[in-house]
Amino acid sequence: MEYEAVIGLETHVQLNTKSKMWCGCANQYGSEPNTNVCPVCLGLPGVLPVPNDEALRKTVLTGYLLNCEIPRFAKFDRKSYFYPDMPKNYQLTQYDKPSTANGFVEFEFTGAGSVNGLARVRITRAHLEEDVGKSTHFDRHSGLDFNRAGVPLMEIVSEPDITSADMAYAYLNALTEILHQGGVSDCDMEKGMVRCDVNISVRPIGTKELGAKIEIKNMNSFSGVRRAAEYEIARQIEVVKRGEKLIQSTRRWDDVAGITEQMRTKEDAHDYRYFPDPDLMPLAPTDAWLAEVKTKAIELPLARKQRFMRDYQLPAGDAEVFKSNVALGNYFEGLARQSKNPKAVANWIINNLLAKLAELNAREKSEQEALGLEAADLKLSSFADLKFKPEALLELVNLVEAKTISSSAAQQVFAEMFDSGKAPAVIVQEKGLAQVSDTGAIEKFCDDAIAANPAPVADYKAGKAAALNSLKGQVMKLSKGKANPALVGEILERKLKG
Amino acid sequence: MLNQLTISELAAKFAKREVSAREATQACLDQIACVDGKIHAFLSFNAAAALAQADAVDQLISQGGSGANRPLLGIPIAIKDVLAVKNQPLNCASKILGNYISPYDATAIEKLKAAGAIVFGRLNMDEFAMGSSTENSAFGLTCNPWDITRIPGGSSGGSAAAVAADECIASLGTDTGGSIRQPAALCGCVGLKPTYGRISRYGLVAFASSLDQIGPFTKDVRDSATLLGVMSGVDRRDSTSVPEPVPNYVAALDGNIRGLKLGLPKEYMVGGLDPEIKASVDAAVKQYEKLGAEIVEISLPHTDYAVAVYYIIATAEASANLARFDGIRYGARVEGNDPIELYSKTRGAGFGAEVKRRIILGTYVLSSGYYDAYYLRAQKVRTLIRNDFLKAFETVDAIVTPTTPTAAFKAGEKSGDPLQMYLSDIFTISCNLAGICGVSLPCGFTQNPKLPIGLQLLGKPFGEETMLKLAHAYEQSTAWHKEKPSLKF
Repeated sequence: MEYEAVIGLETHVQLNTKSKMWCGCANQYGSEPNTNVCPVCLGLPGVLPVPNDEALRKTVLTGYLLNCEIPRFAKFDRKSYFYPDMPKNYQLTQYDKPSTANGFVEFEFTGAGSVNGLARVRITRAHLEEDVGKSTHFDRHSGLDFNRAGVPLMEIVSEPDITSADMAYAYLNALTEILHQGGVSDCDMEKGMVRCDVNISVRPIGTKELGAKIEIKNMNSFSGVRRAAEYEIARQIEVVKRGEKLIQSTRRWDDVAGITEQMRTKEDAHDYRYFPDPDLMPLAPTDAWLAEVKTKAIELPLARKQRFMRDYQLPAGDAEVFKSNVALGNYFEGLARQSKNPKAVANWIINNLLAKLAELNAREKSEQEALGLEAADLKLSSFADLKFKPEALLELVNLVEAKTISSSAAQQVFAEMFDSGKAPAVIVQEKGLAQVSDTGAIEKFCDDAIAANPAPVADYKAGKAAALNSLKGQVMKLSKGKANPALVGEILERKLKG
Repeated sequence: MLNQLTISELAAKFAKREVSAREATQACLDQIACVDGKIHAFLSFNAAAALAQADAVDQLISQGGSGANRPLLGIPIAIKDVLAVKNQPLNCASKILGNYISPYDATAIEKLKAAGAIVFGRLNMDEFAMGSSTENSAFGLTCNPWDITRIPGGSSGGSAAAVAADECIASLGTDTGGSIRQPAALCGCVGLKPTYGRISRYGLVAFASSLDQIGPFTKDVRDSATLLGVMSGVDRRDSTSVPEPVPNYVAALDGNIRGLKLGLPKEYMVGGLDPEIKASVDAAVKQYEKLGAEIVEISLPHTDYAVAVYYIIATAEASANLARFDGIRYGARVEGNDPIELYSKTRGAGFGAEVKRRIILGTYVLSSGYYDAYYLRAQKVRTLIRNDFLKAFETVDAIVTPTTPTAAFKAGEKSGDPLQMYLSDIFTISCNLAGICGVSLPCGFTQNPKLPIGLQLLGKPFGEETMLKLAHAYEQSTAWHKEKPSLKF
């Protein structure tokens, strides 16, 4: 019998609000322990929570980005359990009336379960809750840092639509790309801003009934999720194939050993005793409020990629670059709309501009580090700092299109405009780079090249068509790159055949 | 005897510069020294800090400062040990808070201070406001100033006793199921529970968040109106406070209640109601008729369910509210080998029997599989109870009832029987469940022994103005509020 995996993910994402969920403390990573705290987030006697409007907006915005319904009634509930890093010993969360529900994420995926290179995972809900503090364990005692306590945390629950470790990985990357580009979360894995619980079960292919759900808790890297899921799927299949029974349980991923270990079974599962928080009023978003939040919804990355491919005839690779780098995509689109040859514009941006910028950034970095600047203080140039106007790139493309300059001359023009900001036409004139299309001049260069290179000439005549390239190169050299390459080819061929 | 005066009387003397705030404060401190050894209303007080506040007031007055916008300028007000006052102990009459000092002021306290009050002293109560006799305090009994073998009521027993024994001019308490009105009735003072959302709960250590309200204990209705006016208003730190305008409650006390309709719920005048109390309430109702009010019999059909509903909702909320007292961040701690052992030992040693009983009850009713049968059902019945009142208020301006079924009982008399104790709140609990306002004021005495009897008025949501107008008219036509306990022990 063959088995398949059924995977659902619960992804916790910290919202990038200025302040915490229930108080005015800064929502800031990396501060000294217990410096972003107040009576409210420490759960001192007598305090009350006040909802952070920005967090409510960002949660509903997430709902729009994940194609969710936005219920007109939502509320916060208390989830009770004791843990030292949780100041109130209950967590405020949205239990049965979340702020968003019934959406989906669509993403590129080519493995099993995909259709036309796309996969879709339904989203049960994205709801808002609060993060807890952080425990640090020492030899004889533990320390608690409550800076993170009360940071707005969104939990995004997927339906069990994921069928492989690779698909889980692709889903997580697509999800966080949406949230990051959507301005909802910084999604910085290193800073623990994204954490994930993975629910996995297996069943015989063709059956509908779900197997015992086994949850792997608290994963903090996507590659870890993929490895853990691969391991766990194989483990579960092996267990059922041995004829043993799996039971609902919670497991922990040991990243070093590369295995999952049992933490607890259903019998000792918590009873969280959810009930509506009487300190908070239910949420009843108005039409106007929802409409305003909706205006903040960006075009989804996948839609943007598809549109770039469709509207600008870009190959998938180029469109992918512009999808994942929003600023670059915007820069491209600003020019592509005005260009007859968007593909050429894309080439210049991806092949030349990015390389030049990387070169410049590397130089800036070593210069500034030499001055003793810390990594966080480095000031590196970006698109906003380019010396040439975006339109100059368009002009450059047009010069090549019109055959005014050769593509090799265009490289020189680009390097110069990147360094000085001068307009391409000015550079072409100053450097005398205008392409030579005067057949008389080119005939002369061709004659000289044929005379000086008997070997390739003989090769060509003997049937090696590729030898023509070598002669072309010689002609270009003689013309200092200015000869029109198409004409050079024509003339050489004529001369050699004749 | 300055400590015996009301807020308005004392304020008049300050205005005429007849007495200083220091003298008034000292008079209260002297009275505490004289009687609190027997009454034990105060858990602690800082005399030097109180006098320093008084001196600051006197200095302000001597520099020509006026009390124009500060109706409580120089008035010594004592506080139930459940409200946060910056730099003062906050114990909720429980051992579990250890040496905890509040780093911030409750919003109500901030407002008292801004109005010029001298905020001093921590008043005894049932631990975490759970009880009806103040016998559940971890720090000893408070005695009823009218008979020190009897309880002062609860949970705000210290607040009621301190005002009745003239140890302060007024005090603050909290009312979750009658914890202001019941002790006010048993000690013979005026106790007001405002509409839910009228006064911010920020800084009130929650027992049952959807029921708790802060309110004043005073020597007359006018003072109650004054304090209500000072403390009311929406607060951005409390999402459940309501942005309802704050009227001038004192100005409404014009004595003219002609034509107002008072409802008499038939369900409240039956059962274990003490005959002397019934007689006093009947007489009060007659007095209202004499004053021109119209008496209408009404029905509140779901009254019988109130106590049961209350003990489900209040304990459910309490079980979560009290979870934060774990010995980790503040308060007393009993060490353990792991967090669970630390919690068990700390909470085992820190909480008293009644608090534990209610946490267990609340934990039970919220448990998986029981939620629908208890908590959810109780919430539905709560809505029916509220609807009873809203329906009644379509025809009447306020409702009149006894505050308690009996006068003050003996210490120890009911402490072994939680159910009997819970039933002492049967007339006050519905008001909290419905979220409406209520006030208790003196309406007579039992004969032997002489113990105060309380009359309860219940008003519409945010109907404090009319309710206090009715209370004031009755009070001014009788002399009950002027009687003082002998305090001869």
